[in-house]
Amino acid sequence: MSTNPATSTAITPDETIVKKKLGVGFWLCVTWLGLMAFIALFTPLLPLKSPTQNFLDPANGRPPYSPSWKHWFGSDKDARDVFARTLHGARISLTVGFAAITAGFLVGGTVGVISGYFKGWIDRISSFVFIVLLSFPSLVLAILLTSLIERSLLTISLVLGLLSIAPVGRLARAATLQFADREFVLAARQIGATNRRIIIKEILPNVAIPMSSLALLGMAVAVVAEGGLSFLGLSVEKGITWGGLIQLGSESSKTLEEAPWIAFFPILMLFLTVLSLNFAGDRVRNYFDVKETTL
Amino acid sequence: MAGTGKAHLRNSDDVLLRVEDLVVEFPVGRTGLKVNAVSGISFDVLKGETLGIVGESGCGKSTTGRAIMQLPSPTSGSVIFDGTDLTALSGEPMREARTKIQMIFQDPISSLNPRRNVRDIVLEPLSIWNRGTKDEQLATVDKILEHVGIDPQRAAESKPHQFSGGQCQRISIARSLVLNPQMIICDEPVSALDVSVQAQVVNLLEDLKKEFGLTLIFIAHDLAVVKNISDRIAVMYLGKICEVSSSEDLYRNPAHPYTDVLLSSIPVPDPTVAVKKVSVEGEPPSPVSPPAGCRFNTRCPNASDRCRSEEPTLREIEPSHFVACHHPLTGGDAPVTVRNN
Amino acid sequence: MSPPDVVRSEAEPLVETVEIKTHFKTPRGIARAVDGVSIQIRRGQSLGVVGESGSGKTVLSRSIMGLLPRNGVIRDGSVRYQGQEIGNRSSKEMRAIWGREMAMIFQDPMTSLNPVMKVGKQITESLRLHLGMSASEAMTIAERLFRDVRIPEPTRRLNQYPHELSGGMRQRVMIAIAMACGPNMLFADEPTTALDVTVQAQILELISEQKRDRNMSLLLVTHNLGVVAGYTDEIAVMYGGKVVEKAPTKTLFADTKMPYTEALLRSIPRLDQPSHSRLATIPGRPPDIVHPPKGCRFAPRCAYVRDLCLNEEPELQQAATPDHTYRCFYPVGSPEYLERKVELTRKGELVSTGDLN
Ligand SMILES: Nc1ncnc2c1ncn2[C@@H]1O[C@H](COP(=O)(O)OP(=O)(O)OP(=O)(O)O)[C@@H](O)[C@H]1O
Ligand SMILES: Nc1ncnc2c1ncn2[C@@H]1O[C@H](COP(=O)(O)OP(=O)(O)OP(=O)(O)O)[C@@H](O)[C@H]1O
Ligand code: SF4
Ligand SMILES: [Mg+2]
Ligand SMILES: [Mg+2]
Repeated sequence: MSTNPATSTAITPDETIVKKKLGVGFWLCVTWLGLMAFIALFTPLLPLKSPTQNFLDPANGRPPYSPSWKHWFGSDKDARDVFARTLHGARISLTVGFAAITAGFLVGGTVGVISGYFKGWIDRISSFVFIVLLSFPSLVLAILLTSLIERSLLTISLVLGLLSIAPVGRLARAATLQFADREFVLAARQIGATNRRIIIKEILPNVAIPMSSLALLGMAVAVVAEGGLSFLGLSVEKGITWGGLIQLGSESSKTLEEAPWIAFFPILMLFLTVLSLNFAGDRVRNYFDVKETTL
Repeated sequence: MAGTGKAHLRNSDDVLLRVEDLVVEFPVGRTGLKVNAVSGISFDVLKGETLGIVGESGCGKSTTGRAIMQLPSPTSGSVIFDGTDLTALSGEPMREARTKIQMIFQDPISSLNPRRNVRDIVLEPLSIWNRGTKDEQLATVDKILEHVGIDPQRAAESKPHQFSGGQCQRISIARSLVLNPQMIICDEPVSALDVSVQAQVVNLLEDLKKEFGLTLIFIAHDLAVVKNISDRIAVMYLGKICEVSSSEDLYRNPAHPYTDVLLSSIPVPDPTVAVKKVSVEGEPPSPVSPPAGCRFNTRCPNASDRCRSEEPTLREIEPSHFVACHHPLTGGDAPVTVRNN
Repeated sequence: MSPPDVVRSEAEPLVETVEIKTHFKTPRGIARAVDGVSIQIRRGQSLGVVGESGSGKTVLSRSIMGLLPRNGVIRDGSVRYQGQEIGNRSSKEMRAIWGREMAMIFQDPMTSLNPVMKVGKQITESLRLHLGMSASEAMTIAERLFRDVRIPEPTRRLNQYPHELSGGMRQRVMIAIAMACGPNMLFADEPTTALDVTVQAQILELISEQKRDRNMSLLLVTHNLGVVAGYTDEIAVMYGGKVVEKAPTKTLFADTKMPYTEALLRSIPRLDQPSHSRLATIPGRPPDIVHPPKGCRFAPRCAYVRDLCLNEEPELQQAATPDHTYRCFYPVGSPEYLERKVELTRKGELVSTGDLN
């Protein structure tokens, strides 16, 4: 065709952009998180010792026993196996973290995106609610709520989820605002796209990236918060959680001194998990950071 | 009212778009004040014609373009497109009517979603309206991409930021073409581009116009570019139209002092032509409190007392050449001063 | 306020670069943004640097100023200011030169002004820092500068924030800031690209007036040859990191040698062309500066290309008129050029070369 400006044919193969790399650190974190998820999902099926059985061993004197071939992470005062308990702890801690952040995202993310896109009265109301939620000190609110209710896995997750609504919602709103007035959104409207379609196809892909890294960070916060609650004895009743284990292991300074392993291993797991979540979140954000100004 | 007037509207069956008394105002915060972005302008565009709109930054060109699309709807006035008053439509009929007019924006990069695939971006209109099967849609998209000079293969694999500014503008053009619109409003489509790329895009628009039988509104601030592509030009100043004429006439016989300023501001690519001393000082007044009388009177070298109190309306000074000025430079009353170039 | 006037012969360049190279390390390889450029600017003289986006204009002016990123840059060649080598100075040493000796106006007036500081403060800051003035002294000077650059109501404007000013006004503020310490050399990097034509004309007029009044040297960067025509003494046309043609302004327009310059000139829409006349375009895309073409960098897009162009890089040629150099084997007017031109015209391809693109 005569009017075919074949600009594109003049492009050299080198024009293809260089793939960014996520890096070894990221994959290490993902591996660790994958392992944790696996453990959390399949703890009952794993060939572990029972977390509640007392493995009294008179030959060894009185518990707590220090780490040995029999008890990899040692045992606690009641001669229960710390290794088994730590892995069982992953189940509740991670489930709570995941459920909380999912709930927070479903509610906060949706409200945030909608109020950022439509603005107007929806935005004014939701912004007010966010501010009210944010002005409570979150830990105090969590303590208050958890001490009033029956503490099951679900309710604890919901409480922590409630706390994440406002920060998540605010970020979703800010991210949406940034894109809602861009010309590509206007362009979508003029080709007849409905609001729902614009939100799903034009806004969400742009908002999802900062949000996904926030999800990982938020999960880290929720895991820590759950730890804090169970440390105070306010998490899931009768369940084994990392926070509960740490609390047991650091009941008194004497315990910490004489049997540091009881607290150390749950702390280590918690630390590595939270670190991995944070690090992975950060890398994800960098990785998807599109340069829009390459002309 | 002035800078207003409808003397220039044509009574022809070929009129595709007729805008009358278009007013667009924006509130200024909660002060109760308003920005008079567009203050009662009227114009029409015939089928197959290209109307150029020129004027300084902030004079309301984009606002006019968007008001035609009802994005947002104007404060008052009517926009009659192909016999239908768009301002009266809403909901589904509005959504449908909009597809017949498309708009291309100034910033080629920001008008494409950075996270979507280029081919998907161009496909989107067809998938919204379910035109044909998926395969037919893809075939249409590839054909149009080819047409505007983008390799469909590469488009399928790339995101907008992997293309240059000129190429992004071509992609925008492709997207606006897939629904087979009757009219395209180009809002400064070349202002952000290099001169050499600018020429490519202008040529492309001319070709597509012929091939697809399009009617164009071409907005820009550079009269040289606009003159090249337009049949008729409307010059805007501070929310009003001050001159309407065929593009040849406008350049040969500018009648409004502001048109003259615009013309003399264009850099001449010839060092032997002495640079014209810019004949206008200062900046346009604020659209929040536009001056009484003629809106150009604060900067006009010819301004008289009459200009400061009475607003001029568009009148015909030559066949098909309309100007809203009490002291036009050609035709009509004798000019107060001589043209200074 | 007067600059440290070193009495030197007018003929000696104020700023001179010899074969400077500025390469960037990028993931794809070495980007040769500026690849051997030699220019001289004499006192009071203005040089226009013209070329497409990405041709290295900004990097060239920043290389002379010494305003380059600290990492990943490979530099070579020499930059002399008043006869002294400054190419190897650290940014700490350059600070004495910036502002007082050399100043720069950037393309985007919004991003180069601090949004949370009043414009008055931004200008007095520089005065107090470089010239050691007191606050009130600096304010008086700032007011005079604002008046110089035709900012109406300077006292009120000094107390405004950048976002309260229009684009043209902001660019005037930038010019006032650049002029504050009376530099000998001003770099204006596309000072009007973001502005509309009326404001563009005002700003260019203002810059050239300041240049005349202060006997300042000027390097004016733009992608539009039309813009520089009226405001420069000499023009350097850049392509793919090299200067491909350099000549006094009038000569460049009257006796263009490089087909690229010719193509660039023809792509500007002119008022004296009839409506709907086809604009000449340059086919293809700018060269990849990481893997530049082997021969002449313009060869893949040139209408007059021959085998030689594809295989060998043309050296800098001297044209008949003095001070006019270019890099081309078959310049405009050469027998080979004319021969090809006849062919192209016959095939009707000359005007519409752009369509191939
Ligand atoms: N959404 C808005 N809210 C408030 N004021 C607005 C809005 N959009 C535009 N304006 C104002 O309306 C006036 C006209 O703006 P418009 O964008 O139409 O100008 P323009 O001629 O397109 O200028 P440019 O050449 O800079 O694109 C300007 O004063 C602008 O500040
Ligand atoms: N810091 C950097 N790292 C890597 N490459 C760079 C860097 N700065 C500039 N470049 C590259 O150097 C080349 C020349 O850039 P430069 O900004 O000088 O172009 P220009 O001629 O000023 O273009 P424009 O008209 O768009 O401003 C470009 O290809 C650019 O991508
Ligand atoms: S002469 Fe009067 S009416 Fe005409 S443009 Fe000037 S001020 Fe307006
Ligand atoms: Mg606009
Ligand atoms: Mg640049």
